[in-house]
Amino acid sequence: MKYIKILSCAALMTGASFGSAFAGCGIESGRISILANDFPALHAVVSKAEECAGGAVTFAKNHTAKHQELQGPALTANPAEYTAKIVTNGSIVPLLTDGLLRPLDDLVAKHGQSLGKNQLITIDGKIMAVAFMANAQHLVVRQDILDKVGKPVPSTYEEVLETAEAIRAAGIMKYPFAMLTKADWNLGEEVVNMYLGHGGEFFKPGTAEASVNNAKGVATLEMLKSLMEYSNPDFLTYNTGAVVPLWESGELAMAEIWGSSMGSLLDDEGSTPAVVSNTVPANAPTVGGGSNPASTLWWDGFSIAKNISDEDAEATFIALVNGVSTEMVKANNDKAVWLMDAYVPGKSAEGVSMVAAAGAEPYPMLPYMGLLHGAFVAEVPDFLQGNESAEQTLADIEAAYTAAAQEKGFLK
Amino acid sequence: MVLFIALPIASVVVQSLFVQHEQVMIEVENCGPFKCETVIQADPDATAALRESAPLGKYNALKTYTNRNHLAFNELGDIWSSSETFFGFISGVYNLPFYKALFFTLTYTFLVAPSVLILGLFIALGVNRLPQLVKGPTIFASLLPMIVTPLIGSLILFWMVDADGIIGATLQLIFNNPDLSLKASAPLTWIMLIIYGIWHSTPFAFVVFYAGLQTVPSDTLEAAQIDGASRWQRVRFVIVPYMMPLAIFILLMQLMDGLRVFEPIVGFSASAKATSLSWIIFNDLFGNAKLYGSAAATSMLTILFVCIILTPVLIRTWRDFNRKGI
Repeated sequence: MKYIKILSCAALMTGASFGSAFAGCGIESGRISILANDFPALHAVVSKAEECAGGAVTFAKNHTAKHQELQGPALTANPAEYTAKIVTNGSIVPLLTDGLLRPLDDLVAKHGQSLGKNQLITIDGKIMAVAFMANAQHLVVRQDILDKVGKPVPSTYEEVLETAEAIRAAGIMKYPFAMLTKADWNLGEEVVNMYLGHGGEFFKPGTAEASVNNAKGVATLEMLKSLMEYSNPDFLTYNTGAVVPLWESGELAMAEIWGSSMGSLLDDEGSTPAVVSNTVPANAPTVGGGSNPASTLWWDGFSIAKNISDEDAEATFIALVNGVSTEMVKANNDKAVWLMDAYVPGKSAEGVSMVAAAGAEPYPMLPYMGLLHGAFVAEVPDFLQGNESAEQTLADIEAAYTAAAQEKGFLK
Repeated sequence: MVLFIALPIASVVVQSLFVQHEQVMIEVENCGPFKCETVIQADPDATAALRESAPLGKYNALKTYTNRNHLAFNELGDIWSSSETFFGFISGVYNLPFYKALFFTLTYTFLVAPSVLILGLFIALGVNRLPQLVKGPTIFASLLPMIVTPLIGSLILFWMVDADGIIGATLQLIFNNPDLSLKASAPLTWIMLIIYGIWHSTPFAFVVFYAGLQTVPSDTLEAAQIDGASRWQRVRFVIVPYMMPLAIFILLMQLMDGLRVFEPIVGFSASAKATSLSWIIFNDLFGNAKLYGSAAATSMLTILFVCIILTPVLIRTWRDFNRKGI
């Protein structure tokens, strides 16, 4: 017994000494504290950055789905609670509006040789974030079911409707289609995607005035309603957590999902081999004769808080550059669509790559876009439930947005 | 009282009178992994300077209260003049977010509160008649719905009413309709929320009534029995009048609980079909776009409605109290 104790003590000590020997990444001292959303790809990046901890370098991380709630107050404090925030092109906007992020030009020049030019997010000529992964919604289909009805993989939403009708008519499934239509942020995102697919503009150029009450807006809503004919009547409660299990249990033939969900559809957990082997990612469909897929591109990246010392900023930057290193990509290749050169796209990344290659728009980085997104969420369910006309809904959206934008000071 | 009630309310009143400063917008060029584009964006420095000079924001008087997302006076006028029938006017009003939420909140409150009162009384009467041996376990089991956190309770039921869940599938079987979905139709969602509310609150009424039953004077009951009163007459003319103050107390609690209904709407993902005043406040404060002024205005309006609805009950309690004093 005593012998075992001594052995384990020795093991601990060697472990500890090895730990400090590897720690550093060339950082002498400083505070690193990272706030991030909670999914596997971000865990991989932050854990890799954590390897730089040790000695005089303190490290803390917080992975939480409530990161958007925390980021404002946490970065407003001086010194900021977190030295870095993992952002997306959606969640970076309020931080920019409040001026809570540090320009990264000096740090990129000094320590960012390994970063690609396409990773640098510049706002008004200043680098404000470093992107490392991409995400987008795209179509996924069941090849065996399409073969049964003799249809190709749909490339437009009009074809999605035809194919869905064929599957229903053949008696295979009554509700073959699903998209992320839960009456929260998800439904708003589908409206944004479909409207951009129609080539719509959300605002009058150069102003914060919404302009969605037009023919493209009507077409957007009508298309969503037609699609929902082929989606289970519970569609207003469908988010990723609901659609992925439905797919895995073989109850869907076509679905519009996030690229980041593809990994769980293609792994060998929660489904049968017959479903998995026939699950094929496809491009996001176009709609209404448009050329761009009806989807928006998203990036995830890291940004550094403004209210911290230069020393902490430098330490955090070096650690996060280490977090997105070639080594990390090689170890976690299939967890995301990485933007780094070392990335080898696999099957789960095909959908997002196709959407990006087909020229989809990035989600608008406008400070008042969130308010319009919220107005979609509040008003579109009424239309999808058949309570009012598309024109009425669009008028309601503009009115709800205007009231909120006036309160936030974007409109007079 | 001052610290925990008056000050917070005063701060919310002040908040509701202000909106954010006008944002100073500038044109900037943004580049990302996908493309570069010119957009307009808020200028943080200029906005910060404005905020420094007046930290509360821009004074807006009562305009937040009257805008479309609250009392919507202008919109009400438009709907009144443009709608031809009374039904058209009502459906126009129902399209406004505040009135829609108010309508559900009031329906919920006025259906749940009396149901809870009546059901609680009958359960208490029933349990009181049980043999001593099973009384304890029955009381414990009846209290369970109240012990479960509302959010968890509604989530459990949400999964049970799913088309693949035990309740959802059973209903489909009973009505022989494979498309029946409690989540899909607005009336069924309302019924589900109201039944959930009754299920959750009845134990409270039951336990209060049960405690009250133990104090009903047995000589009065026996006298009524000797006079030939049936069981129903004894309940109607002895027990109910005796427990009236308790009933008023429960009603008061239920009205307050009903007016702040919130968790089941989140738990049942029902916001597309039913919203409440509390849900609107939550929605304003959730996510990126935090509308503090709007949330504060809705809070004040909620307090106003609570006062209006509770006044008759409070007056009644006050009278009872005074009568007893004499």
